[in-house]
Amino acid sequence: MDWLRQVFWENEVGNALLRVLLFVLPILTLVPGLIWWERRLLSWMQDRIGPNRVGPFGLLQPIADGVKLFFKEDITPKAVDGLIYFIAPAVALFPAFALGATLPWGPNLKLTPIADVNIGVLYIMAISSLGVYGVVLAGYASNNKYSLLGGLRASAQLISYELAMGMALASIVLATGSLRLTDMVKAQEGPLWGAVPQVQNWFIFTPFGFIAALIFAICVIAETNRAPFDLPEAENELIAGYHTEYSSMKFAVFFMGEYAAMFIFSGVFATVFLGGWHAVPINWSALGMEQVAHWNGLLAPLFFLGKCALGITFFIWLRATLPRLRYDQLMSLGWKSLLPMGVFNFIVVATWILTTSLYGIGGGIATAVGAFAVIIFFTTRIAKSANANVEFLEKRTITMESGKGDPKPQEVNA
Amino acid sequence: MLTNYVGILLLVLVAATLCAAMVTLSWVLGPKRVTPFKTSPYECGVEPLGSARERFPIKFYLVAIIFILFDIEVVFLWSWMTVFKSADQQFQIFSYFEMLIYMATWVLGYVYAIRVKAFDWDETTSLETHEGAIQSEVAA
Repeated sequence: MDWLRQVFWENEVGNALLRVLLFVLPILTLVPGLIWWERRLLSWMQDRIGPNRVGPFGLLQPIADGVKLFFKEDITPKAVDGLIYFIAPAVALFPAFALGATLPWGPNLKLTPIADVNIGVLYIMAISSLGVYGVVLAGYASNNKYSLLGGLRASAQLISYELAMGMALASIVLATGSLRLTDMVKAQEGPLWGAVPQVQNWFIFTPFGFIAALIFAICVIAETNRAPFDLPEAENELIAGYHTEYSSMKFAVFFMGEYAAMFIFSGVFATVFLGGWHAVPINWSALGMEQVAHWNGLLAPLFFLGKCALGITFFIWLRATLPRLRYDQLMSLGWKSLLPMGVFNFIVVATWILTTSLYGIGGGIATAVGAFAVIIFFTTRIAKSANANVEFLEKRTITMESGKGDPKPQEVNA
Repeated sequence: MLTNYVGILLLVLVAATLCAAMVTLSWVLGPKRVTPFKTSPYECGVEPLGSARERFPIKFYLVAIIFILFDIEVVFLWSWMTVFKSADQQFQIFSYFEMLIYMATWVLGYVYAIRVKAFDWDETTSLETHEGAIQSEVAA
């Protein structure tokens, strides 16, 4: 036992390796469970039974599928770009694993995060943008029309939502004053709105944090190509999008990447907005219950996993509920709604910090009220023009149904 | 401080090994029975028509260019974000207005991109076109 301690605890590199293993192994074991959970929950929501034959409750089904896929023929079509076709699935899976290097899932710095560096959020942004490469390379190398279209769609979608995601995280960084994720968790342990010491100040409870969380959640769904943003793999228009030409385990590796990314993005959401590894937003130490705070620290990984599970359940729920967006809707949501909202939110946070520092808490409240008024003003204006659009579409439908046909383009554009 | 990054390096190595292993293993383990039909590109079961690398809409390229512009603009803010909260009041006031001017240039570019309809994927679904159409219909 002593040499184990020597190697994995005292030694800097060995300790880092221990942290890496404690992060990678759970993900590798949890991804099959995730697939099972998605299939069962989706079946339940769609009034089906789902996989229930292999193992108790069908729990071993994903493992059986994995073994089967490993031994299936790995077809390489003639027309593909050999090397790129071969490495594209690996390139797609890689960022999903590398993404979580700065995520803290407990209070002990010897065990987590893998690297407690002062560029935590920046690292997540950088690695998550790498995800686009695997998809684009797969789409290009397959030499298939559907694959190319899927790859193009994916690239445009990922970079469009990257910006809004960056702005959402930026406002939280501004409010924390640090890019380090452990600092973010620490910042959320503070008193709620700086006033209620018994409750923790989770960023989702603050007005700007709530908006940032909303933007971030939508962007994450788009970044992981999940329904309702699964246009790159829209099965009824693009067969399977960028992985049409892939078979065997290469095909499954794309899905592994998607599920691992879902899992880790849920973890990022939990860390940045939901107080990290704390179970409930109650400051036990302030209430004088040190025992509970101690247990909260010990069971931290469980609470963190629980939050990740909630996030994934939310993903699956969305998939069962929402229909897929049209491509122009996807683009206008990203560029015309989320991005301006994110930038506005960012400026409001900066104003809030400045006014709080100059005029105390009253200045902060005044900023929040002012920002709220601006939001109300703009939403009513946008709703008005959207209603005008709906009226126009209804009118057009009536004209078309009355047999006069579609109004000519020059009439529409006049 | 560099020792902090050892973990990231290790994780990158482990992740790369895992990815490479998964992609290679199925290639090694699976059977190999190549037939001409199996290795032809999938196109709903018919003979593929023309090249797959067709021309694609310029909009994709446009989106990529706009992304780079806006992303680079945001990148310059990251260092300011980390120091703003803990700085002294004088610097806060100064840098806040500096940031506002900087963001104004950002907004200028954004408004321009909206005006030239860089974000409108399909002209028939843009709001502005419809508003114009409604007004002309009302006038007529």
